[in-house]
Amino acid sequence: MKLRLIVDGRPVALEAPPMKRLLDLLRDDLGATGTKEGCGEGECGACAVLLDGELVNSCLVPVCQADGREIATVEGLAGSDGTLHPLQQAFWETGGAQCGICTPGMLMAAAALLARDPAPSESAIRTALAGNLCRCTGYVKIVEAVAVAARRMRRASPRRRAGARRGPVSRR
Amino acid sequence: MRGDTTGFEVSRPRTLARALAELAAGERPMPLAGGTDLFVALNDGRAPAERYLDLSRLAELTGIAPLDGGLWLGASTTYTQLLRSRLVARRAPALAAMAGTVGASAIQNRGTLGGSLGNASPAADPAPVLLAFGAEIELARRDGRRVTRRRVAAADFFVAYRETAARPDELITGVLLPAEALRGWRYAYRKVGTRKAQAISKVVAAAGVRVAPRGGRVLEARIGYGSVAPTPVRARAAEAAILGRPLGPQSAAAAADALLAEDIRPIDDLRSTAEYRARVAGRLLEALLGELGGFSPRLAGG
Amino acid sequence: MPSVPPARTRPRGARAAERVVGRNVLRREGREKLTGQAIYVADLAVDDAWWGTTVRAPHARARILAIERDPGYDWSRAVVVLAADLERRGYANVAHLIHDDQPFLAASVVEHAEEPVALVAAPSREEAERAAAHLRIRYEPLEPLLDFEGSRASFASYAIDKGDLARGFAAAATVLEGVYRFGAQEHAYIEPNGMIAWPSRDGVRRVQGSMQCPFYVVHALARLFREPEAAIRVVQTTTGGGFGGKEEYPNLIAGHAALLADACGRPVRLLYDRAEDMAATTRRHPGRVRHRSGLDSDGRLLALEIDVRLDAGAYATLSPVVLSRAVLHAAGPYRCANVRITGTAVKTNTPPNGAFRGFGVPQVAFALERHLDRLAAAAALDPVELRRRNLLADGETTATGQAVADAGASRQALAAALSRSRWRSTRRAHAAYNRRHPTRRRGLGLACYFHGSGFTGNGEIRLGSVAAVELAPGGRVRVLASSTEMGQGTRTVFAQIVAETLGLPYERIETVDPDTAEVPDSGPTVASRTVAVVGRIVADAARELDRALAARVGRPPGRRWTVATFERAARRHLAAGGERRFEARFANPAGQRFDDRAYRGDAYATYAWAATVVEVEVDLVSFEVEVRRVVSAQDVGRAIHPRLAAGQLEGGLAQALGWGLFEEVVMREGRMVNAQLTNYVLPTAIETPPIELAILERPFAHGPFGAKGIGELPMDGGAPAAVNAVAAALGVDLTEIPATPERIAAAWFARPPQERGA
Repeated sequence: MKLRLIVDGRPVALEAPPMKRLLDLLRDDLGATGTKEGCGEGECGACAVLLDGELVNSCLVPVCQADGREIATVEGLAGSDGTLHPLQQAFWETGGAQCGICTPGMLMAAAALLARDPAPSESAIRTALAGNLCRCTGYVKIVEAVAVAARRMRRASPRRRAGARRGPVSRR
Repeated sequence: MRGDTTGFEVSRPRTLARALAELAAGERPMPLAGGTDLFVALNDGRAPAERYLDLSRLAELTGIAPLDGGLWLGASTTYTQLLRSRLVARRAPALAAMAGTVGASAIQNRGTLGGSLGNASPAADPAPVLLAFGAEIELARRDGRRVTRRRVAAADFFVAYRETAARPDELITGVLLPAEALRGWRYAYRKVGTRKAQAISKVVAAAGVRVAPRGGRVLEARIGYGSVAPTPVRARAAEAAILGRPLGPQSAAAAADALLAEDIRPIDDLRSTAEYRARVAGRLLEALLGELGGFSPRLAGG
Repeated sequence: MPSVPPARTRPRGARAAERVVGRNVLRREGREKLTGQAIYVADLAVDDAWWGTTVRAPHARARILAIERDPGYDWSRAVVVLAADLERRGYANVAHLIHDDQPFLAASVVEHAEEPVALVAAPSREEAERAAAHLRIRYEPLEPLLDFEGSRASFASYAIDKGDLARGFAAAATVLEGVYRFGAQEHAYIEPNGMIAWPSRDGVRRVQGSMQCPFYVVHALARLFREPEAAIRVVQTTTGGGFGGKEEYPNLIAGHAALLADACGRPVRLLYDRAEDMAATTRRHPGRVRHRSGLDSDGRLLALEIDVRLDAGAYATLSPVVLSRAVLHAAGPYRCANVRITGTAVKTNTPPNGAFRGFGVPQVAFALERHLDRLAAAAALDPVELRRRNLLADGETTATGQAVADAGASRQALAAALSRSRWRSTRRAHAAYNRRHPTRRRGLGLACYFHGSGFTGNGEIRLGSVAAVELAPGGRVRVLASSTEMGQGTRTVFAQIVAETLGLPYERIETVDPDTAEVPDSGPTVASRTVAVVGRIVADAARELDRALAARVGRPPGRRWTVATFERAARRHLAAGGERRFEARFANPAGQRFDDRAYRGDAYATYAWAATVVEVEVDLVSFEVEVRRVVSAQDVGRAIHPRLAAGQLEGGLAQALGWGLFEEVVMREGRMVNAQLTNYVLPTAIETPPIELAILERPFAHGPFGAKGIGELPMDGGAPAAVNAVAAALGVDLTEIPATPERIAAAWFARPPQERGA
């Protein structure tokens, strides 16, 4: 089928089988390999992206249901000048990324959380990341990174505290 | 080994009538909701069909709204919508509690009530709580040019392993929590899964009771269980054991005994054992009734 | 927020001058990993590459009667490789490791389910899988051996003797026996295995992929193709976790990919999906340990008799060395004059078990630490007190008679873990909570353990690893080693070591990605050896560079360079035709001596020591365990990069909790039947508790800046600490892990009824 979607801010039009996984569309058709596959069954979260701002596992989404919608992946988090998103910077500084394979999904899950809850508690962070498995870190530094990024983002734009719904990914 | 989905077809109607027309035709496509169960099967090389009917554009299947004094939940309602709905939080908090135990947020954002009901897994998280609410499941079909609807009680919906009362040409359009179930009832829900999130249930249960304002005798009870039989089950023997008695450690223990003796038939599988499921199912009932009755369970068997 | 900084011992004297070591510099490849730009094997775009797939045996043991191609299928767009093809082409069908008993492809008999029987490649994944489905393989199933207790086929056995066991038991006031069982564990790195191979071109075969040990792959492929090692070029791609799971099995995958590339004359990508990776590749050895031990009336260990039995699976692979490390750690960090440790690794018709972080030590540490809690109960002693009375002190000897100068670090670790966990007051609080709460029980558990850094015994001497540094343009220095980065921080830490050794800024040092055409063989990235052993060789190589440049400009070696003086010296050195590359080789700096036959002497050059406290709450309705808190004191020698070190310790502890409480490999008829992340239960961010660390630094005189190996240490003791906590909370006896709710419930209902009283 013919698809039109917006990936990391860029409009994309292409032809693809309707039941193709969004993950494969990103990786194979668009060459956007930043989004990873860890299990293919929605269990590990390595393939997580935002679909119209909501976190989804792209291995469980048929492309037909992504038609006409907006997709945000890890590759669009940083600014076009290379400035890292506060989440990326915090993950780097705290040691939240080790082998890096869960990191793209973790970042997107964290971005989805901070878009709704700019000042999450530790337990809210853990709940928000519970669909993203990490085998390296024991999650300690990931949870810390999200808290650090949230603090910095609140400081950078205090207005967001007032329940602003604009996601960190539409910041660009 | 992942199956090849390249040749699979999907139709994406915008109206319920069109969707039902496709189901009425000879070569019936399989309904596709959030895909959270289907794509797991596809990944495992088990394609249930090659033609699919995408429900995501059907506005008639969405929405949470008051209806006839009860609560209407469109079939496409996601777990996230249940979690965020003020209406659900106020009128059926046990349903929100259930939604919070499904997968994790990426699954809650995609998985739907209707999808879960249609998939009819004996381990489905929503089923027991819908049984406890005495929910009615609305099915629609195309009858010539007309769309006809009927409602099936949750207790009559799951007829056999992964089989429902819906006919092949019927589509699940929504769930009604009846007015009666939302007045004077109290509900408790708990899932014992393989872990706290991203878990398939080992035992999942919900209990609802209506208690006499004076004397505290149980006037009505509905108890639902999952993962302990080939289908989600209403625990009628357990319900009978508490009817007419005040809620307390003794009646709860009696209910647990009745549950084990008559209502459930747990098995060994990849995730747990029959012995564990039976023990925990009983203790869970005591704990749920304890929560509803404000007492500490005795926990039969120590 | 878990931002409590880990407690660390204060840097002493000389360290004040260190500028790079001990600092949390930014991870080298951080930007790439955080922006999705890092290229993992599945991300590599390779023109014209075909897809490979592996056809595996469905039986635990069987004779292969025939392999036929379905004549109705169009085979023009597929290649098939069978064992017979290897023979015909004169290749060696043996995956070279220790015993060389594992074939790349089963020839006539299948020894385990999931054993590779045929390889298929085609232009796309779908076509490859379709073609594979059209291979008709007929088997005659044979009776498999699935019970390791009943197996008499041993791949390796060891015995350690110290003192006089009979005399020890004769004098004992308390004697206790116990049998401890443990299941397998999946590595569950989030990136499944994968390799891409190119056909031989200009006499060189290239393989690229996810791996820990590029030179293992070189050795294996050279043997397979009967070619010199120089004809094999292996390049590591960004690797999404290893934990031992990408130590030996990638040899097989690389061989398969290379065979397919050879057959179809194009590059072939062989990428496992999760199910194949879980079902077919290695796991931690399941098995059991038997203990019999004697305690005198003062609670001192008089006799330890330990028998270790590991289930190796169908081929020897690395089991002999896993077993060796297991027996060498079986008596733990404790003083005991009379010890007998025996061990055997036996064959079963199951997929070979292999390297996994800890390498035999988690199994024996679980058995010993659980046994000590039971022994304490039998002797009416406090479990802490029992350990306190028996932990080694500085200079005391291990079971192999090795006197360890810093063994008292184990006592420091215990003291730190107890004080930071507020052991005594927490226990009192638990007692009150447990009396009060109708359906929940809390408990604390403890484990003390140690882990030898580097290869066992004379392994490092035999290995003779080499590392190098190289002058690069602009006064920069490149580090060359085959040690891989798989998340643990190799690239970052090596750069820190070289920067510190030369006195240059961290930014001036680059660590080269392992490509066997470029880097020397610094051995495998295993055995907690990367920093403690290879890091030292890297530092030695940097000192060679320093000496050469210092001599060139006529100044004494060993002084800090500035960027400017270094650049000038490097220019002069190169202009005068001086060497660009400086190598160093392992030189047994600690003077380690080990008797391989008697199993006596210096089993390891150094040990890292730890004590871990786990607090749990058990639900009496469901028997689910909530781990509330982990407090762990771990001696690392020297934390080159404190955050990366903490990351290793936290990650290892989380894996240990998973193995102890959640992760169960379910085997039926020799096959793993829960080979999915849905049914193999890894801890999520919710199950994993906050982890508080006390990082202790008792320097290893011969490690770089005092560093010891810490990659595996945290994996060793988390499981017994957790299980001890559950046992303490419920007053039940648990002797098998994972201690799932099912097992805990069974233990609870096995208690005499009067003790249950919920």
